[in-house]
Amino acid sequence: MDDPVNMQSVYLTIVLAPLLGSLAAGLFGWKIGRSGAHWATNIGVAVSFLLSLVVFKQIIIDGGPIFDGVIYSWLVSGSGLHLDVGFRVDELTAVMLVVVTFVSLMVHIYTIGYMHDDPGYTRFFSYTALFTFSMLVLVMANNFLQLFFGWEAVGLVSYLLIGFWFKRDSANSASLKAFLVNRVGDFGFLLGIAAVYKYFGTVDYTPVFQKASSLVGQTMTVWPGSEWSVITVICILLFIGAMGKSAQVPLHVWLPESMEGPTPISALIHAATMVTAGIFMVARMSPMFEYSETALSVVLLIGATTALFMGVLGLVQNDIKRVVAYSTLSQLGYMTVALGVSAYSAGIFHLMTHAFFKALLFLGAGSVIIAMHHEQDIRNMGGLRKYMPITYWTVLIGSLALIGFPGSAGFFSKDTIVSAVEASALPGAKIAYVATLIGVFVTALYSFRMFFLVFHGQGRMDHHTREHLHESPLVITIPLIALAIPSVLAGVIGVGPMLLDHPGTFFGHAIFVLPDHDVLREIAQHWRGPFDSVVCALTEPVFWFAMAGLAVAYLCYMVRTDIPDMIVGRFGVVYNVLVDKYGFDRFNEFFFVGGGTLLGRFLWRTVDVSLIDGVIVNGTANAVAWVSSVVRYIQSGFLYHYAFAMIIGLLFLLGWFVVA
Amino acid sequence: MSLPLLSLIIWVPILGAAGVLALGESRVALVRQVALGVAGMTFILTLLLLMDFDKATYVMQFVEDASWIPSFGIRYSLGVDGIAAPLILLASLFTLLVVAMSESIQYRVSQYMAALLFMEGVMIGAFSATDAILFYVFWEAMLIPMFLIIGVWGGPHRIYATIKFFLYTFLGSVFMLIALIYLGYLTGSFNILKIQSTAHIGMTAQILIFIAFALAFAVKIPMWPVHTWLPDAYGEAPAGGTVIMAAVMGKVGLYGVLRFLLPIVPDGSQYLSGLMIALSLIAVVYIGFVAMVQQDMKRLIAYSSVAHMGFATLGAFAAFAALAIGDRSAAVLGMEGAVVQTVSHGFITGALFLCVGVLFSRVRSSLVADYGGVANTMPIFAALMVLFAMANTGLPGTSGFVGEFMVILGIFQSSFWYAFLAATTLILGAAYTLWMVKRVIFGGVSNDTVAALSDINNREFVVLGVLALLVLILGLWPAPLVDMMRESVNHLVNQIGHSKL
Repeated sequence: MDDPVNMQSVYLTIVLAPLLGSLAAGLFGWKIGRSGAHWATNIGVAVSFLLSLVVFKQIIIDGGPIFDGVIYSWLVSGSGLHLDVGFRVDELTAVMLVVVTFVSLMVHIYTIGYMHDDPGYTRFFSYTALFTFSMLVLVMANNFLQLFFGWEAVGLVSYLLIGFWFKRDSANSASLKAFLVNRVGDFGFLLGIAAVYKYFGTVDYTPVFQKASSLVGQTMTVWPGSEWSVITVICILLFIGAMGKSAQVPLHVWLPESMEGPTPISALIHAATMVTAGIFMVARMSPMFEYSETALSVVLLIGATTALFMGVLGLVQNDIKRVVAYSTLSQLGYMTVALGVSAYSAGIFHLMTHAFFKALLFLGAGSVIIAMHHEQDIRNMGGLRKYMPITYWTVLIGSLALIGFPGSAGFFSKDTIVSAVEASALPGAKIAYVATLIGVFVTALYSFRMFFLVFHGQGRMDHHTREHLHESPLVITIPLIALAIPSVLAGVIGVGPMLLDHPGTFFGHAIFVLPDHDVLREIAQHWRGPFDSVVCALTEPVFWFAMAGLAVAYLCYMVRTDIPDMIVGRFGVVYNVLVDKYGFDRFNEFFFVGGGTLLGRFLWRTVDVSLIDGVIVNGTANAVAWVSSVVRYIQSGFLYHYAFAMIIGLLFLLGWFVVA
Repeated sequence: MSLPLLSLIIWVPILGAAGVLALGESRVALVRQVALGVAGMTFILTLLLLMDFDKATYVMQFVEDASWIPSFGIRYSLGVDGIAAPLILLASLFTLLVVAMSESIQYRVSQYMAALLFMEGVMIGAFSATDAILFYVFWEAMLIPMFLIIGVWGGPHRIYATIKFFLYTFLGSVFMLIALIYLGYLTGSFNILKIQSTAHIGMTAQILIFIAFALAFAVKIPMWPVHTWLPDAYGEAPAGGTVIMAAVMGKVGLYGVLRFLLPIVPDGSQYLSGLMIALSLIAVVYIGFVAMVQQDMKRLIAYSSVAHMGFATLGAFAAFAALAIGDRSAAVLGMEGAVVQTVSHGFITGALFLCVGVLFSRVRSSLVADYGGVANTMPIFAALMVLFAMANTGLPGTSGFVGEFMVILGIFQSSFWYAFLAATTLILGAAYTLWMVKRVIFGGVSNDTVAALSDINNREFVVLGVLALLVLILGLWPAPLVDMMRESVNHLVNQIGHSKL
C-alpha cells in the first residue's frame, strides 16, 4: 500500500463510493426501490468508512507518507493560473475522514429505522450520501477552489435536507434562510480566496502555506488612508466563511431553524460534520492564521461570544431538538475559541469528540421523538426512562460527555480548551476564559434540564402516547450504542497521543503553531496522563462549574419544580430577551429582508419604471409624438396653404438678397 | 476539407426557413418535422466545425472570402476564432432545443418555425462575419424575426414590447453603422481584422467610435441603464423567443464588444473603462435588488439575466483596470471569465426560460403567485428546475460558478471594492432565485391548477436533461471550453494593451 498510485485509487474510492450510492438512489430509486436505495447508500458509505480506517492506520499509526496530488485539471487559464481537483491526505484529513465516515455510516443505518414510513425515503438517502461525498471532497481538498466546491456542495445538500419536507412552509423558510446566511459567509470566503490568489499567485495549499510568513508586514489599502496587514485581511475574510458554516455569531441564525429538517440530518450535518467545516478550515489554514494575531483575536472573541451567549439560549428552549441545536452552537464556539488561542489540535479534538456525543444526543432525541409520535416539546415528556432504557443510558452518556464530566470524551477535549485559553496571552484571552468558564456552567444546566424533563419525573404526555411508548428498534439503538462507545472512550484514548503526550507532533505539518502561541506545549508540561488529570480535575474550577450547573438543574427540575417559573416571573425582561434570541431574527427580518425588498421596489418602480422608462424612453417617444403632432398642422393638405407658404418663403429669400 | 462549412451553417437554416414557409400553415406536423430536421442538421454541422477547430491558434479559421459589393469594397468574408466558436454552438444548440420544445405554439406554426430558423442563420452569421458591413447586415437582420416573434406570438402587451424592442435596438445600431462607415473610410477596408490592426486613431475619434459602438452593444447585451426593453420583451415574447433572445441574441452584444470595441479603440476603451465597470457593477447589485421584487417569473429571470451579463461586461472591461496596474494575467483571467460567463449564462438562462415555458404551456401564466407546490405534482421537473436555479446562483459544480469565479478572481487583483461589489451576487443571486423556487416549486399544492399538473413528457425531459448535463459538465470540467478560447483571448488582451494613439 505504499505505492502512491495505489493510495490514490483508495482515496478516489473513498470519495466516489458515496457518490455512486447517491446517484443510484437518486436517479434509479424508482427502479431499485426503497431497500435498493438504502443498501446502495449504506454500502457506499461503509466502503468509505472502512477505507478511511485503512488510511488512518497508514498515515497516523504507521506514519506513512502524506499524499498531495492532482486528480484532474479543472481549468488552465491563459493567465497561467492552474485550477485543479486534487487531494491532500495528511494527518488532519485522516482524522476528519474517520470522523465523517463513521458518523455518516451510523446516521445512514439509523435512517433506515427513522425514515421508515416517509414517502421520500429514497430521496433522503440520495441526499445524505451526496452530503457524505461533498464533505469528503471538502476535507480532502488540496487547494482553495476544491475546498470551496465541497463547502458550497455541503451547503446545497444542507439546503435540500432542511427543506426535505417541502410541503411545510416553515421548512422551506428555514432552508432558504440557511442557504442565504451561509452565502453571506461564502461571500467573505470567496473574497478571501481572491485575496490569496492576488498575494500568492496560486490557490494550492502547499505553496500558499510555505509563503505565508513572507507576507508578514505587507499591507494593502482597503480604503484610502488606511493600511491593513494583508495576512490579517485574508484570514478575516476566510474566517467570515467559517463563521457562516460553523454558525458563529452573528451568522448563527440559520442553525436553530435548520432543525426543521429530519433528525438524522440534524445529527449528521448540523451537529457532527458540516457545521464543523469552518473549524476544520481554520485549522487547515493555521499556517496563515498564525501570522496574524489580530485575526486570531477576532476568532477568539467571536468564538467566546458564541460559546457563552448561544448556550444561555439553550436554557429557555422547549423543543428537544432546539435545545441540542443551541448546545451545538455553543460547542462550536468552544472549538472556535480553541482555534483563536492557537490550540488548533484541541479544536479538532473537540470537533471529533463532539461529533460522537452530539450525533448521539441528536439520534437519541430522534429516538425520543419517534416514541412520542413526533412530539418535540420537552414540557410534554417526562419519565421516559422506564420505557426506553437504551435511549436513556446512551443519552445520559452523551449528556455527561457534553458537560465534560471527568473521564468522558468531552471532559478531555473541553478541559484542554479551557486550560489553553487560560494559558494564552492573546489580547482578549482573559474575557474568553471567563466566558468559557461560565459557559461550562450553562452547558451543564441546559443539558440536564432537558435530560431531567425528558427522562425523569412524572410523564406529562397524553394517555394515548403513553400507551404506545416503547424502546426504538435495533436499527436505531445500535447506532446509539455505537456512538456511545467513543463518547466515553475517545477522550481517554485520544487526548494523550493527539494533544498532550508530544504536543505538535500528531498532526505533523498539517497544523502549524508558532512557538510563541503554543499554549498546548505549556499545558503539556503539567500533563501526567489521562487518569491523573481526572483526579486533578476535582480541584479545578471547570469541574465545579459543571457540577454547579448539574446541581442547579437537579434542584430546579427534580426537587423544586416551581423555581424556574419563579425566576421567569422575577426576571421577565431577561427571559423575554432570551426567548427573543437577542432579537437577531427580528433585526434581520426587519433590516435585511424588509430593507432589501423596499430598496428593490424603489429601484424597480421609481428608477427603472418611472425614471428610465417613463421619462427617458417613453418620454422620448412622447416628445417625438408631440413634435410630430405639432408639425402635422403644417401639412394640412390644402394647396393654397402650401402656395401661401411658398410665396412667404420666396419673399423672405428675396428680401435677404436685397438687404445683403 | 474544402466544404464551406460556415456558409452551410448560416444558409442551411435560412434556406430551411424559406422551405418551411413554403410548406404553408396546413401541414403542421410536417412543418414541425422539417424544422426539427433543419435545426438538427445545422447542429450536426456545428459539431463538425467544432471537431475540426484548431484551438492552438487565434487566427481565424474556416475562412471564406468572396466579393460582394465591389464598388464599396464590401466582401462576403467569414471566419471563426475561439471566442466565436462556442457562441455558434450556443446558437445552433438552442435553436434545435427551442424548435423541439415549441409544441405549445399552435398558431401560424410554419411562420414561427421559419422565423426561428432565419434567426438562427443570421445570429450565426453575425458571429462569423469578418466583414464589418456583412456583420451589420446580419446584426440588423436579427431584428426582423424577433420583432415578429414577439409581435405575433407574444403575450397581451406584445405590441408595446415589440416596438420598444425594435426602436431601442435600432437606435443603438444606427450609430454603429456610422462608426463602421467611418472606420471603413479611415482604413480603406471593411475587413474587421484590417480595421482592428489600424495603427493610428486619434483619441477624440476613439471616444466617439466607442460611444457609437457601445450604444449598440450595450442595448443588446443589455447593460444598465439601457436594459428596460428587456423585461418587456422577455416577458411578452413566447417562451421560445425569450429563450433565443436570452441565450443567444444578447450574446451578440458581448461578442461585438470583444470583436469591435476593445481591439479597434483600445485607448477609448481604456479611457471609458471606469464608466463601463461602474455600469456593470450597477447591473450586478442594483438589478439584483430589482429582480428580488418581481412577481412574474419571466421578468425575474430577465432581470437576473441583466445581472449575470453584468459579470461578462465587468470581466471584459476590468481587463483595462488590470493592465493599468501592469497585471496582464489578471486581465486574461477576467476576459476568459467574461466569455465563459457568456456561454454559461446562455445555458442557464435558456434552461430557466424553457422551464418557465414548460409551466406556461400547462397553466398559461408565468406569475409566481399562480404557482406553489409544483414539486408535488411535477417531481422530475422540480428537480431539474432546482438544478438550474442553483446554477443561476453560481453554485460550484455548475457552469454558473466558473465565469463568476474567474471574473471575481481577476478583478480583485485591481480593486478590492470592485470584487466586493461583484461578489454580492453570491447573496443577491441566491436570494432572488431561491425565493422564486421556494414560492413556485416548494410548499403544499396551492391551487387546483397546480394539483392537475402533469410532469414533463419525454421530449421536455430530453431537452432539459441535455441542458442539465451541459451545465454540470461545464461546471465540473470547464477546461475544454477555456482551452478553446485561450489563444484568442490572449490575442485580444495583446490587442487591447497596444495603444493606437
